[in-house]
Amino acid sequence: MALRQIPVTAWIGLILTGAFAFCAIFAPWVAPHGNGEIVGDVWEPMSAAHWLGTDNLGRDLISRMIYGARITMEIAVAATALSFSLGSILGFTAAVFGGWFDTLLSRFVDLLMSIPTLIFGLVVLSVLPTNTLTLILVMGILDSTRVYRLSRAVAVDINVMDFVEAAKLRGEGKAWIIFREILPNALSPLVAELGVRFIFAVLFLSALSFLGLGVQPPDSDWGGMVKENKDGIVFGIPAALIPAAAIAVLAISVNLVADWVLNRTTSLKGGRG
Amino acid sequence: MADTKANSGKLLDIRNLRIEATVYPPGEAPKTITLVHDVSLTLEKGKVLGLIGESGAGKSTIGLSSMAYGRGGVRITGGEVILNGRDILKVGPKGVRALRGREVCYVAQSAAAAFNPAHKLIDQVVEAAMLHGTATRAEAEKRAVALFKKLSLPNPETIGERYPHQVSGGQLQRVMTAMALCSEPDLIVFDEPTTALDVTTQIDVLAAIKDAIRDTHVAALYITHDLAVVAQVSDEIMVLRHGRLVEWGGTRQIIKEPRQEYTNALVSVHEIEHKEQQPGTTPFLSVKNVTAAYGGGHVKVLKNVSVDIYPGQTLAVVGESGSGKSTLARAITGLLPPEEGTVTFDGRPLANRLADRPKEDLRQLQMIYQMADVAMNPRQTVGTIIGRPLEFYFGMKGRERDKRVAELLDEIEMGKGFVDRYPAELSGGQKQRVCIARSLAAKPKLIICDEVTSALDPLVAHGILKLLLNLQQHEKVAYLFITHDLATVKSIADSIAVMYRGEVVRYGSKSKVLTPPFDAYTDLLLSSVPEMEIGWLEKAIKGRRMESAGN
Amino acid sequence: MSSPILRLVAQRILLGLVLLFAVSVLIFAGTQILPGDVAQAILGQSATPEALANLREQLGLNDPAWLRYMHWLWGILHGDFGTAQSSGLDIASSIGTRLKNTLFLAACAAIVAVPLAVVLGLIAVRYRNGFVDKLISGLALASTSFPEFFIGYVLIFVFAVHWQIFPSISTVDDSTPFLERLQAVVLPATALTLVVLAHMMRMTRAAILNVMQSAYIETAELKGLKPFDIIRKHAFPNAIAPVVNVVMLNLAYLIVGVVVVEVIFVYPGMGQYLVDHVAKRDVPVVQAVGLIFAAVYITLNIIADIAAIVANPRLRHPK
Repeated sequence: MALRQIPVTAWIGLILTGAFAFCAIFAPWVAPHGNGEIVGDVWEPMSAAHWLGTDNLGRDLISRMIYGARITMEIAVAATALSFSLGSILGFTAAVFGGWFDTLLSRFVDLLMSIPTLIFGLVVLSVLPTNTLTLILVMGILDSTRVYRLSRAVAVDINVMDFVEAAKLRGEGKAWIIFREILPNALSPLVAELGVRFIFAVLFLSALSFLGLGVQPPDSDWGGMVKENKDGIVFGIPAALIPAAAIAVLAISVNLVADWVLNRTTSLKGGRG
Repeated sequence: MADTKANSGKLLDIRNLRIEATVYPPGEAPKTITLVHDVSLTLEKGKVLGLIGESGAGKSTIGLSSMAYGRGGVRITGGEVILNGRDILKVGPKGVRALRGREVCYVAQSAAAAFNPAHKLIDQVVEAAMLHGTATRAEAEKRAVALFKKLSLPNPETIGERYPHQVSGGQLQRVMTAMALCSEPDLIVFDEPTTALDVTTQIDVLAAIKDAIRDTHVAALYITHDLAVVAQVSDEIMVLRHGRLVEWGGTRQIIKEPRQEYTNALVSVHEIEHKEQQPGTTPFLSVKNVTAAYGGGHVKVLKNVSVDIYPGQTLAVVGESGSGKSTLARAITGLLPPEEGTVTFDGRPLANRLADRPKEDLRQLQMIYQMADVAMNPRQTVGTIIGRPLEFYFGMKGRERDKRVAELLDEIEMGKGFVDRYPAELSGGQKQRVCIARSLAAKPKLIICDEVTSALDPLVAHGILKLLLNLQQHEKVAYLFITHDLATVKSIADSIAVMYRGEVVRYGSKSKVLTPPFDAYTDLLLSSVPEMEIGWLEKAIKGRRMESAGN
Repeated sequence: MSSPILRLVAQRILLGLVLLFAVSVLIFAGTQILPGDVAQAILGQSATPEALANLREQLGLNDPAWLRYMHWLWGILHGDFGTAQSSGLDIASSIGTRLKNTLFLAACAAIVAVPLAVVLGLIAVRYRNGFVDKLISGLALASTSFPEFFIGYVLIFVFAVHWQIFPSISTVDDSTPFLERLQAVVLPATALTLVVLAHMMRMTRAAILNVMQSAYIETAELKGLKPFDIIRKHAFPNAIAPVVNVVMLNLAYLIVGVVVVEVIFVYPGMGQYLVDHVAKRDVPVVQAVGLIFAAVYITLNIIADIAAIVANPRLRHPK
């Protein structure tokens, strides 16, 4: 796999995603000011001192953005990890074992998916305490239904293929069949889905925070920052647009990477393409 | 149309045709490949030219060029296609539309897909004739009904009122032929029109097509990979390989006195010498009165089936789709536990369910599949695929295992260099060989071969059959050979079971089964297998006693 | 002739009703049986034990859950959604106008988005793999990554603040005349349209492309039909079902998008009502609105399925 075979769009995606991740991980060292530090007037315009200006309380916007990246990605990564491990393990198990386990679980997932995720999320959040753990659990569990559907469908498709039957005829155990026969072939759609689920988690979290039901002040993710600064819009102050745009750029760059992964690995050559 | 044609009698004249396509290999730059290299042909009015070749020979591509059509991004980049006196590559989109469906019509391989599911058959049959103004609706419908009759379709008056999914595959293929004939074209392109059909249905459709061609004096390009089929309908045959002309001549000359080595190989492909072995005293595997069903006992697919397999011999199970022959394999392997009856192995009963069988029993029964590319895990190398049974059954590891893998690769006539390849990097025949090696690795007493050659080109299939026979001599392995192709059976079997609708209708040693007197179904089956002989079709149709199984 | 269709449609509707019932259980359970005390959550940590006991009594929290559910469901079936805890107002009457407002907004967005998406999808198919197709696909990929509030605030920033063509806040009430109402929803409807357009277009493109690659399209081409006639006579009848399916699924998606868009434009609809009362932890309102959203969503999904059943020639003309 030569580096020059990676298309330009994937490069853009990789670099931008990497940059966001870098800011998130090293936030305290990258950010010029502290997260809650008031450094100037309310909604100062962009300047050499404050590259993106200041926010509704006079805090340095770029520093807030960098810390916001950290919170946004932290929660989104945790929720994606939860939804992915839960969804794919249950999905694979349902596909390979079948029977009542599969029927019961699949019907329950159908039921959960018949309510729009945001609506059900809001219903549940109306009674649960608002903290990071709740957010991760609610987002992770609700989203795992999507992962469950995909991994079950992929595994069911692979499970009926002749090479899996050949392994069963040989007498291989369930573990070999799941991990050696099915998993390697299910990996590429799942990896691409990982990207899509992460984007969904970012968008979902931002929507919740924007609605005031996600990350609570004084901490704030990008969605929350949009909410904090949205009143400036009518005065022509674009501060709210910056975190909103950051979400869009992050989502696009992850999408580009996911697209590339999906295209690259659909040719079944054992990944040496 | 007839009076407007050029006087020369030449209907179609293709000169130095060159056809190219752009392929997009993943991860690489797109590249242009040439599918057809400067092929020329001529066809006179009312004559039939057979285009024959293996997959990738470019035969369909050439056929469609007579309609100035390139399928799926294929481009005609050179040469001339002169139809009725003018080069149709130069007439522009409007001119092309005027000839398609009027001067040239097309009959596809799968009529089931080629008919629009949303419209009645009659509307689709008369569409082209009305579009080009060669008939009014009433005239066209009358013509269609007459054609339905000629093609011996049941209820010719009303069958047009049906939708495609309400009609069987063999009948649809005939309706499609009627659709092509309905606009009274000068030329019809038949693109493998009988390949997807069962053999007893194929003969009916073939006869119907032949009669229709004779009575309407239409010219035809008949594209197929089956030389015996094309010999029945063509005046001339053109043999193609890798987009190049190999040989072109009269039908008799091609099948009786082929001049090229490749043509000769195609003609003699069915002939493998195999001396029938006499059954021993005791079979090592006996299937006794097995009945099996899908869907919790609702659909009985095997009814009271009994067969025996003797050590080192081949039992061929023959039947058409739906005969239950593959289900028999599933019942023996335990994938579909029988409802009644037993399978005994070495004098003791085998557990019904796969899960209840000990490893040793599993090792003794191995299986090879029709589609070799899906029978191997695409993410494992050839070494892993062949090595796994060695590890699993014999606990071989490291160098010992690698040595055995190399030996097995040798036995299937593939070199050491293949150990690190992935299945996608192998040709169709090589894939099937690796599958054979994988089953041999277990040192089984029986290998079940489920249509192992049907997806392969004739010459490749020939090689696989020879390999299987050789291996049988060395390894003393028995085969249960499941197939729909009687020619294959003759080459490989020691005994034969003929299956029809879940039952064994005829069973015994090869010589006994293939010697008259026959039961009605075996007779039908045997008489339906195309033979490479001019005039076979007429003889076969005349001698039939039973309606084909598909109708 | 039509009996298998009727049976399937009836089955689908019945299944929808069962699903709706199960959803009502789930929504009720989601607000009642979760860990934590609802009364505590409403009153906060500093509440006195007496106040908590009073509130529990008042909410009927001392009854077993299934009994409370039966009461709740019984009420809803009779059009009684209970009263809001925070304001004491009757929920059903508050919902009435808001539901109308929300449906009006969603309908405005749908009227623009659906034809636009289908036409763009057709154009993308017509010029497949060409520049236009790539451009449309690229924009679609980008816009599925945009959060609703990004689109919403950019629209406000440009059209309401910079050019001052439309109001930034979409205030309407019962007395607002139709034209003014229409003007008020231009920006939110545009935002909603943009939210669903790309996805709908991509799915339409895929559905039509799938039909266009069928063998019977080639048959039509080889009969000498004009490209337009091929689409009209042979592609269209087979593409209706998948396209209707795409449209319905996206309308269902639109119903969710409405929540955030209403908050952005301070539009008095169901979405804003829901969000307000989630913040106030007003459980009866949240349950009622959640159930209505779910019901609309399920209904649209049923319509999509029924469209697929009715348009299938195999079912319309059984063997």
